[in-house]
Amino acid sequence: MLEIGLAHYLTVAAILFTLGIFGIFLNRKNVIIILMSIELMLLAVNLNFVAFSAFLHDLVGQIFAMFVLTVAAAEAAIGLAILVVYFRNRGTIAVEDIHLMKG
Amino acid sequence: MIIQAISFWLFAGVAVASGVMVIAARNPVHSVLFLILAFFNSAGLFVLLGAEFLAMILVIVYVGAVAVLFLFVVMMLDINFVELRQGFLQYLPVGALIGLALFVELVLVFGAWVVAPEIAATAAAPMPPPAQVSNTAALGALLYTRYVYAFQAAGMVLLVAMIGAIVLTLRRREGVRKQRIGQQVGRRREDSVEVVKVRPREGVS
Amino acid sequence: MTVAAVFLPLLGAFIAGIFGRFIGDRGSQLVTCAALSLAAVLGVILFSVVAVHGHTVTVHLFTWIDTGDLQVDWALRYDPLSAVMVAVVTVVSCMVHIYSVGYMAHDHSVPRFMAYLSLFTFFMLMLVTADNFVQLFFGWEGVGLSSYLLIGFWYDRPSANAAAIKAFIVNRIGDFGFILGIFAVYEIFGSLQFDTVFAAAPDVAHNTIPFLSREVDALTVTCILLFVGAMGKSAQLGLHTWLPDAMEGPTPVSALIHAATMVTAGVFMVARLSPMFEYSTTALAVVVVVGGTTAIFAASIGMAQNDIKRVIAYSTCSQLGYMFFAAGVSAYGAAMFHLMTHAFFKALLFLGAGSVIHALSGEQDMRKMGGLARLIPWTYALMWVGSLSLAGIIPFAGYWSKDMIVEAAWASGTGVGMYAFWLGLFSAFLTAFYSWRLIFLTFHGAPRASAETMRHVHESPWVMIAPLLVLAAGAIFAGAGYHLFVGEGREGFWRDAILVLPEHDSIEGAHHAPFIIGILPLIMGLAGIAVAWFSYIKRPEIPGIAAARYRLVYLLLLHKYYFDEIYDALLVRPAMALGFGLWKKGDGATIDGLGPDGVSARTLDLSVLASRLQTGYLYHYAFAMLIGVVVLVSWYLLRPAG
Repeated sequence: MLEIGLAHYLTVAAILFTLGIFGIFLNRKNVIIILMSIELMLLAVNLNFVAFSAFLHDLVGQIFAMFVLTVAAAEAAIGLAILVVYFRNRGTIAVEDIHLMKG
Repeated sequence: MIIQAISFWLFAGVAVASGVMVIAARNPVHSVLFLILAFFNSAGLFVLLGAEFLAMILVIVYVGAVAVLFLFVVMMLDINFVELRQGFLQYLPVGALIGLALFVELVLVFGAWVVAPEIAATAAAPMPPPAQVSNTAALGALLYTRYVYAFQAAGMVLLVAMIGAIVLTLRRREGVRKQRIGQQVGRRREDSVEVVKVRPREGVS
Repeated sequence: MTVAAVFLPLLGAFIAGIFGRFIGDRGSQLVTCAALSLAAVLGVILFSVVAVHGHTVTVHLFTWIDTGDLQVDWALRYDPLSAVMVAVVTVVSCMVHIYSVGYMAHDHSVPRFMAYLSLFTFFMLMLVTADNFVQLFFGWEGVGLSSYLLIGFWYDRPSANAAAIKAFIVNRIGDFGFILGIFAVYEIFGSLQFDTVFAAAPDVAHNTIPFLSREVDALTVTCILLFVGAMGKSAQLGLHTWLPDAMEGPTPVSALIHAATMVTAGVFMVARLSPMFEYSTTALAVVVVVGGTTAIFAASIGMAQNDIKRVIAYSTCSQLGYMFFAAGVSAYGAAMFHLMTHAFFKALLFLGAGSVIHALSGEQDMRKMGGLARLIPWTYALMWVGSLSLAGIIPFAGYWSKDMIVEAAWASGTGVGMYAFWLGLFSAFLTAFYSWRLIFLTFHGAPRASAETMRHVHESPWVMIAPLLVLAAGAIFAGAGYHLFVGEGREGFWRDAILVLPEHDSIEGAHHAPFIIGILPLIMGLAGIAVAWFSYIKRPEIPGIAAARYRLVYLLLLHKYYFDEIYDALLVRPAMALGFGLWKKGDGATIDGLGPDGVSARTLDLSVLASRLQTGYLYHYAFAMLIGVVVLVSWYLLRPAG
């Protein structure tokens, strides 16, 4: 309990990751929640990287976490841009109304 | 020791709780705010791990840029304050099962996994003792030498993302008056002034 | 010449059938009649050469089956028996062809009709000139097919189609027995060549073969099975139901196929197989009983029928019974003699009836006829000739042949022979009765047809009368063959074609029969005419009173002893129900359901199911990806190490 080891950090990261997954398909409200859940997942991954870097005394983990951060930011930007354009055309971002790809 | 433990549990607990609220909140603005809270607490966890540079970057970039961007978009779009739609529970069993399975697997991995004894010797980039070199300096020394190509590529990625976002959302609005400096400056007397001989009592036609 | 006689009708059928559209009605008629006339001439010449002057010949055409022990060839066998048949078939067929030119003049498909007639003639000729069982069967089936095509010639009439199917199916049942017989022959003799089989017959006379898990006399069961085939083809009792319905076909068809030739194929077959039948008294007895019973059965029904063609059809059935019981008492020569005379006078009667129907613009019900004697005198006279020959009145041809048959039955000395003798006598009475009933109802008395119809009554054109005259000549003078067929010259005439064991020689005994036996059929015939005259001319109210008094008997006769109704309920309906069930449930539900239909339906179901994955909802797709990831991870985690 008092001794915080690697497992603790990894567990936290696992919980956050799972929450992100839940967020993707349990939400029925709108698409922004999906994007936010993806951010949560990326956060969890970053936590994993940094935790390992700290306990293995290896800096590579932190370097990689920085890159993940970069890509996450870029992806969030593009994702939101798409969302905005979609909203302009369709007028709604409710998840249930997005089924144009129905086969 | 105790401070660390308390900090850890505090930060971890709030982070997880915010994560839950992100997906459970009804108002999307609340969701974004909870996301920001989760980011802050994760930054705290990073600090506890000794990666203070990354923690600050998290706050500045993630919270300061990405989360704010989210907020902008949420406020910009005309999102209806919808009640929780009925179908939420439809996927709960399966979703819960999947999530649980994943979580269990993750934990299993941690539990059964052992660190190889010679791992310290095989570190790709050995961390210098923090007393001598600060975390930031160490990262910089590594990033601009060994991983400079990846660094440049990341820059390109950001550039492309920026251009992409502009390209996607730019729209031309008809009838908007804008300044076209070049045109203004390049105007000639012949284009704007016309001298007309006016006869008395006839007016200009 | 031998080959030409058989194949000329085929050539005519081919030309008229394939090129009928181009050469037109006239062309088809010309081609087929020319071919048949030539064939008839050749047939008569062959009769003279082969039968009268005694030159048997077998013409080998080519090999058909040559496998292991079984060797079957296409060969034309000309001995007296087949020469007689060839002559009869070609002459009668030629007359029918010429008659059809006039009778079917206004039909839509004249080329098709002429082609079918010629095709039938070809098959019949193949049948009678067969050298082995398989070729015989080929001709057998071929005439069955032609019969089907011709009965259902007017195929837009449902009754004609039904009659054609009925004929074919009832024939098929007989053919089943025939095929079993052929199998038995091969099993016993190891060969299907007539010569081989006949030579070996005496040796196997007392062998047994297993049949229906019992040991039975080999030749008996074989001959009985073969006779079942003859019963089907010749419309004997039990398998006779198709013959009256076959009157749906045009009248020339009835004359050719159902009077003179096809139905006599059974008699011909029994005569041809005499070397086998002679060694099985049981089989001969069966033939006698069936023949005799059929004779009286059909004659009794003929008394109550109202359709002119049906009366003559039942008359045919009855006369075939005569021929069969003649064959059964080993009087094969008499049977063939009667076959020949019957061909002439029965064809004459049918064609004459056709003339009447033609004159009355299609009326066939005798109750609506009458008063035609003066209007169509030629037809009237020719019908008298045919009927006199049928009733066996001296000196017409029928007298000689029918008399010989009845005498032979008496002379056979066996119990079944005497049974046939009495039935034959009584049938002679009935034969004369219904024949004159037909004449009186059709030609005498006040006209019962409408005035409109009577106004159009006209004698048939010469193209229809001329063949009738030729057939009438045959009906009158064919009795001259007595000497050769059944008289003193029969040994030299038939030679090897027919085998009669000395202890069975009933014809010999017939020649020594007392005078009274010879006179009895004639007396019965005259009595029949007298009763008919009394009932239909003198006191026309008698038939009505008799029908009312003996209502049950009358109904029984009118409805043909309810054979059709019984067969329908007992056999046809269950068979159709079985077929329907097998079709719907067996073929449709089971085989189609498990096979093509089932596979395609399941494929459709699966694809519908699979298309439901394409919901269009993003989060469904994300969910699917997630599930995939979890499955991968789980599998990776949980798989056996190494």
